[in-house]
Parts: sequence; structure tokens; C-alpha cells
Amino acid sequence: MLLILLGTPLFAAVVLAFVGDRRFAPEVNIVGSAATFAAGLGLALEVYAQGPMLAGGKFFFVDAFNIYLSVLTSFVSMTTAVFSRRYMRREREHGRVGHIGMRFYHAMFQLFIFAMLLCLLTNNIGVLWIAMELATLSTVLLVSLYRTPTAIEAAWKYFILCGVGIAQALFGTVLLYFAAEKVLGEGGESLLWTNLSQMSDKLEPTVLSLAFVFLMVGYGTKVGLVPLHNWLPDAHSEGPTPISAVLSGLLLNIALYALVRCKVLVDGSTHSHHAGDIMMGFGIISILVAAFSLLRQKDIKRMFSYSSIEHMGIATFAFGLGGPIATFGALLHMLMHSLAKSSIFFTVGHASQMHWTQEMDKIRGLFKGNPLVGWGLMFGAMAIVGMPPFGIFTSEFLILTATMKDAPLMTPFLLLGLGVAFAAIFRRVQQMVSGEIPEYQKPMKVANVPVMLHMALVLVIGIYLPDFLSRWFHTAVELLK
Amino acid sequence: MNLQTVAHINSFLAAFVLLTAFGMLVQKRIYSLIHLFAWQGLFLSISTAIVGYVAGRHHLYISSILTLSLKVILLPYILHVLIVRLKIRKEVETIINIPMTMLIGIALVIFSYHLTAPVRELSTLITRSTLAVALATVMIGLLMMITRRHAVTQIIGFLAMENGLFFAATSATYGMPLVVELGVALDILIAAFIFGIFFFHIHTTFDSLDVEQMARLKEGD
Repeated sequence: MLLILLGTPLFAAVVLAFVGDRRFAPEVNIVGSAATFAAGLGLALEVYAQGPMLAGGKFFFVDAFNIYLSVLTSFVSMTTAVFSRRYMRREREHGRVGHIGMRFYHAMFQLFIFAMLLCLLTNNIGVLWIAMELATLSTVLLVSLYRTPTAIEAAWKYFILCGVGIAQALFGTVLLYFAAEKVLGEGGESLLWTNLSQMSDKLEPTVLSLAFVFLMVGYGTKVGLVPLHNWLPDAHSEGPTPISAVLSGLLLNIALYALVRCKVLVDGSTHSHHAGDIMMGFGIISILVAAFSLLRQKDIKRMFSYSSIEHMGIATFAFGLGGPIATFGALLHMLMHSLAKSSIFFTVGHASQMHWTQEMDKIRGLFKGNPLVGWGLMFGAMAIVGMPPFGIFTSEFLILTATMKDAPLMTPFLLLGLGVAFAAIFRRVQQMVSGEIPEYQKPMKVANVPVMLHMALVLVIGIYLPDFLSRWFHTAVELLK
Repeated sequence: MNLQTVAHINSFLAAFVLLTAFGMLVQKRIYSLIHLFAWQGLFLSISTAIVGYVAGRHHLYISSILTLSLKVILLPYILHVLIVRLKIRKEVETIINIPMTMLIGIALVIFSYHLTAPVRELSTLITRSTLAVALATVMIGLLMMITRRHAVTQIIGFLAMENGLFFAATSATYGMPLVVELGVALDILIAAFIFGIFFFHIHTTFDSLDVEQMARLKEGD
């Protein structure tokens, strides 16, 4: 099952590279992603029945933590594929993307999904690094797909900054291997996460804390933590919207996943809260800086990119805080943010296509122009700022409670960040959805299934957390202790 | 060869790697930069092969050959072709003047020695003393990317960083497992294609490869 899950997107990438710009390419893309999602579900059922498992000669490893992210990744990429069918067709008609561009877009989309799944499922932390770099590389040219000066600038920044960042992570991995080799002997075995986590208390603490600094900077760049976040708003706002949705909704999660995996090893070795403190620091700064930057944004996609930085900050902070409640909250937060943010980007994509601009001052009257886009954006914004009864409220509430208990001094900062972000986003969205329809607004067919599906999930999980999900999270919390 | 001699030879090669890194830091002409980069790769490759021979780690031979073909031959060749095609002849200006850059570079080397001190104490490998040099190479590559505002020099800085990382892996642990080495090489190869495409895109859009011109994406306007 695991190999099918990884094989499908890779196979789809090859097929789509040949299909090119034919009329049915978007459908092939959807079928490929749907098959991946089905395989993901299958694997989840297997893991649910049997518990954690190793596969492919210990090369792959599935437990409660990565399986839920794999299902999430394959699900969101499927809905994004559905959304991108209408969206990219319209971009194509308007000549923003050419013949080669479309071929490239579809093939790279699938390759990107493959890279993310490989990141999640591999047991080898060296391969984890390689897959992360592959995920970056496969999206760099997608960010510059429109070939406008700003798009190329954004992609170059993304390429260089993430390249440099992730190089630091490789140095961290080398140090980790150095420590592991002493305990586990050399060869591929000593980079396997399952082996490392069993032996983590034997690893040399000084080397591991040094390694963690490099890993934090490296993967932290990809998570988009302040002050390493410079590339993120550009890359997320200049590319095609489906790509923004998967970058914000999925790739950030994957990077955070890598960081948390490494943190577990470091904690096991140092027996201190050293790594957690660093993560909390980065997290809280990200929340505050992103919240205040939100106020100044004029471009709709940029604004929601900053909101991604804020939410990743919250999750990083919560993982750093540790403890069962905060970790549970962080896991839930990753899930909820991913669903809500990608859904927002779907509506934002349609809204900006209706007006042919991303400037928020020019987007007006969405309720009247297209109720689905209008309400979708409204509900999405309500969910993302953490209003009840949506799921983000639950996760933020959990994280806040844990903060008050374990790190009371941080509570005001966290509340300030959440409050400012709330005000910033709400003020803008209010303006865009209400009012009369401007004359330059063009009606269009929208992809409504993905938005409704995502919002329904966020709502349902906010009201009632299904039993299997909470049991999964509890198992994951145990793993990350 | 006895171990003492090998350790000496290895330190000697490490010194050359560091020297080329400094050379790249001050070199203004792009052609010479590429040559220096190729030399660095060559020293790295020889050093890897020697370590592989002495330590009896045969997978290091593969790494060594990989370095030789990728970083000494292929990448410099690609860069060369791109520069000829794009007709780049201009000297590259640095943001900070060169003596200052040198001083920062020296500070970085000292910092690297300081940072890797605990690791060196723990290590029993003959190559342990070169870890600091490896980290210094990474740092200098980073410095080069910061101080040069030209797409090609930024890429060379990036690749020099990658060299440093590779060197770190050999000196701290006699090389990462082969799967990882191959994967990293593959990533670099893909990156090479991507920056190749990028140079053309940037060149046609901005009419120059000067990164200074890319400053449209700013906050608040």
C-alpha cells in the first residue's frame, strides 16, 4: 500500500509530462491525485488496524504522526487538483500560461506531491532532507510560471533562501549522523529514525544541541519562521493560486514535521527543554511579526501568506511548549490550518480571477457577485482567525490553556498576536465581501466542491472531534513526548 | 602510508579548500570564479579519495568520482556555457569592499573553529581537524552569496556551500551513507538545471543578471 501511495504521484507525473497541454490533462491530474488519496486512506486503515509499521527493508516507516499528515497531504492535493482544473483553464484562456507552461505545471504538481509524501514516509533522516530539497526544487519553477518580473523575483528568492536554509539543515543532519555513528555504527542503519529514537538517550548531548541549532535554522526557513520568512509571502503570492494553496497548506506542515521529528531525538538526548525553548522563541516572534505585518498588506494573497506564517508560528510554539495538551493542540492546528488555508486560497483564487487583480481595495461585492465565493471567503476567514465553532478555535484554545499553565508569561504575547491577526484579516475580508458589484467584476464558473468540502470538515471537527482522530492524536502525542 | 602522513596530507588539502574559498570571496571576474570553484571541487575529490583509501571506506571512492564528475567537470562546464550564451563579461561588484569581506571571512573561520570544538574533542577520526575548515567553507559561501548581487555569483556561492557540506560529511563521519550522497548529488543536478533555466528567464525579463534590479516585491507598497 505504501509503495502504491508513493508510486502513484510519480507515475502520474510521468504520464502528465507526456499528456502535456491536451484538453483532458486536468482530469488526468485529478484522477492521479484521487488515486493517491485512495492509497493514503488504504494505508491509514492498515496502520489503524495494525499500529506503526516498517516497510521496504526499514526504509519507510509509518506511525500515527506521519500517517495523518500523509492522508491530509493526499486529500488536499486531490481537492487542489479539482480546483486547479477550472482555475488553470481560465488562466490558459487569458494567455497567462502557455503551452509548455501547462505541461510543466501538471507534471511538477504531481512530482511535488511525491516529494512531500516521501518526506513524510521515509525513515531515513538523510532521505528526509533530500525529499525536502526536491519539494523546493519542484515548486521553484511553478512559482515563476507566469514569467512576470515579480514572479521571477519571487521564485529566485525562494530558490536561493530556501537553498541556503536547507543547506544548514544538511549540516545539522551530518552532525546528527556523527553522533549516531558512535552509538549505532556506520552505514545507513544509523540514520534511521526508528533506530535513533530508541537510542536517543545514548547520543552525545553537546553534539545534538549543536545539530539542533542548524536543523532549526534549516527547516525553520522552510516553515517560514521569522526572521527566516522573507521568501514566503513572495513565493506564496506570485505563483498560481493552486500552488499557493499547496505551499501554504501542505509544504509548511511537512517542514514542521521534519523539525519536530528532529526535536524528539534532541530531547531524548539532552533531557532538557533546550530545543523546546528555541522553538517557542521562534514561534512567538513569528506570531507577533506576522500579525503586525498582516495589518499593512494590500495584496490578498500576501495577506493570507502572512497568516500562514502566524499559524505556523502558533504550531511551532505549541510543539516547543510540549506537554500532552499543547502537542495535541499543535497536531490539530496543523490539520485545521491546512484545510482552512487551502480553502481560503481556492476562494481567493476565484475572487482575484473575477476582478483580475489581487489588490484588496479593488475586490468588492463578492456576496452579490458570487455568493459561493463570498461566503466561502467569509467562512474561511472566520475559521482562520479562530472563531468558534470552527476547528481552529478548538486547537488555539487548547494551546492557550496549555500556555497559561506551563508558560504563563507568554500568554499575553500570544493573545496579542491572535487579536491583531483577527482584526487585520476581518477588517479586510468584510470590505471585500460586502458592497455593490463593481462594473469590472466578471462572473465565472467556480469550483465549489473543494471549498465546501474543506469548510465542512473544519466545521465538523470543530464541533465534534471524531473518535478515531482523537485516538490517533493521542498516540502521536505519546510518540512525541 | 602511515596515518600521520595521511592526516598531514589531508590537512594540506583542507587548507587548499579554504584557500580557494577565500579566493572566490575576493575574485571579481566570473570566469576566474568558476575556475576557482572547479579547483575547490578537485581538492575535495582528492581528499575524499585519500580518506576512502586510508579508512577503507570504499563507498567514498564513489563519492569522490561523483564530486569529480559533477563539481569539477559538469557544473563548471554548464556555468561556462551559460555565461558564453548570455554574454556576461562584466566584473561583479561587491557590496562591501574586499578587505572588509576578507576580515569577515577570517572572523568566520575563527568562529567555525570555536563552534566545532566540542565535536572535534569527541571524534577519533584522522580527519577531525578538517571539520572546522568545512564549516568555514560553508560560512564563506554564505558570505559570498550575501555580498555579491549577481545571479551567477550567488549560485557559485551556493555551490561552494554545498562543497563545504560535503567536506563536513567526509571529515566528521567518513561520509554519509551512500543513499544520502547519491540523493544529494541528484538534488544538486536538478538545481543546476533549474538555475540554468532561471538565468535565461532573469536575463530576458530584466535584461541583466544583476540581482539588485529585483526589488519590486517590497512591503507596504
